[in-house]
Amino acid sequence: MSTMPAFSVEGLGHRFGQRRVLKEVTFSIAPGDFTVLLGLNGAGKTTLFSLATRLYAQAEGTIRIFGMDIRERASECLRQMGIVFQQPTLDLDLTVDQNLFYHSALHGLSHREARQRIAVEAERVGLIEQRAEKVRRLSGGQRRRVEIARALLQQPRLLLLDEPTVGLDIASRQFMLDHVRRLCREQRIAALWATHLIDEVGEGARVVVLHKGEVLADSAAAQLLGEMRAPSMRAAFETLVQEREAA
Amino acid sequence: MRPIHYLRCFAGIARREWLRFLNQRGRFFSALVRPLVWLAIFATGFHFVLGVSIIPPYETYVPYPVYIAPGLIAMILMFNGMLSSLSMVYDREMGSMRILMVSPLPRWFLLTAKLLAGVIVSVLQAYAFLAIALIWEIEPPWYGYITVLPALVLSGLMLGALGLLLSSAIRQLENFASVMNFVIFPMFFASSALYPLWHVKEASLLLYDICEINPFTHAVELIRFALYGQIEPISAVVLVVATAIFLTLAVYGYDPAKGLMARRVAE
Repeated sequence: MSTMPAFSVEGLGHRFGQRRVLKEVTFSIAPGDFTVLLGLNGAGKTTLFSLATRLYAQAEGTIRIFGMDIRERASECLRQMGIVFQQPTLDLDLTVDQNLFYHSALHGLSHREARQRIAVEAERVGLIEQRAEKVRRLSGGQRRRVEIARALLQQPRLLLLDEPTVGLDIASRQFMLDHVRRLCREQRIAALWATHLIDEVGEGARVVVLHKGEVLADSAAAQLLGEMRAPSMRAAFETLVQEREAA
Repeated sequence: MRPIHYLRCFAGIARREWLRFLNQRGRFFSALVRPLVWLAIFATGFHFVLGVSIIPPYETYVPYPVYIAPGLIAMILMFNGMLSSLSMVYDREMGSMRILMVSPLPRWFLLTAKLLAGVIVSVLQAYAFLAIALIWEIEPPWYGYITVLPALVLSGLMLGALGLLLSSAIRQLENFASVMNFVIFPMFFASSALYPLWHVKEASLLLYDICEINPFTHAVELIRFALYGQIEPISAVVLVVATAIFLTLAVYGYDPAKGLMARRVAE
């Protein structure tokens, strides 16, 4: 079980009508890995997330969560996943606690379990004092923290985050990054962090570069820099994109 | 997932529906005021225009407000059903729909739970209306308040399922408003809510036939008879069948494999 990838996609493709948005996408993530899915807007990151979370029906290729095919065992797969969507998904008119209890119920947690889990996760993201506040009153950074606390309530082994830092200030961005990296390190949660912000690919991260629906690179960040002989991740990314465009 | 997980999930969805309802007091107020306006103004104005003969379940001539009360109760259920579905379209535009859709429980269950949660809120409003309607001497027998409950639930389910179906087929909130106009008003007026169908039959046979097949008519009649402790079996069957059809189509519409939901959730 330990060698089983937490998340793997193989030959994944998707079309919107005639437009092909994902082509033969293949990569996998091991438990405890922090993997950055790097790509410009429109690269296909959100489509990939929508397929992995069953919001889209998948037609080409396979997606496996801890070895389980999502088409065959959707329920078990979704139980293993914590998801932070790009678009805010909190109910603004409910309090932080009400949002978190609602999510717990959707995952079948009892009220007692939910209360314990909410206390733990709210403390971890530093929102104990805001639990009774309506989400509408929270800042963008605080709302994102609530969303990440929510994604962890059912104790998932895989975390999918789609552009989780968009619109956040530097301090909130750093908090999110540190928090997720700590979860990977300490709890062996596998995280797939989709972003277009190149500087979020920190040292030690794995990076999957997605461009116009195709995987251009899939390796450890340091290895990619070495192979590309690039001084920075930005330079490596630009070279990869230029090479693809020229091909 | 065991039955207890389903139960907890339903309780969570119902609780959220209730909290949203409490947060939108204007919704409650308008849902209640709308039929009361009909009762206070329309029913009073038409009191002497429309004669109501003795028709079952009534045993004597009944004042016009008494006749239209079941139709107004069904109106509450219809508006609530549509508003609950409207909130689905809103949730989809706002993104919170995704949280519901990525629950590990099956989608048919999530949609049915959402529908049932909406019906609970609707039924409570119907009883609030019945309490206020006592002012107009709309006083069914005491047991009528109990026997009407299953009729309210079944009618609420049918109208809520219709709303759910509409929400699965609608892209934006703006479209929903126009569909409401094309659904709510024709359904309400082409029914036995405001006038007995024998009146309609005298005026137009075609309209009578339309009224007869309109499931809203059957919701009104089921409620009308249930208020007097009686059951209208044809109406009950029509409502069960209509609910099953609307809900099945809605679940189909929200199925990612069919592409409808996929396209909309993503946008």
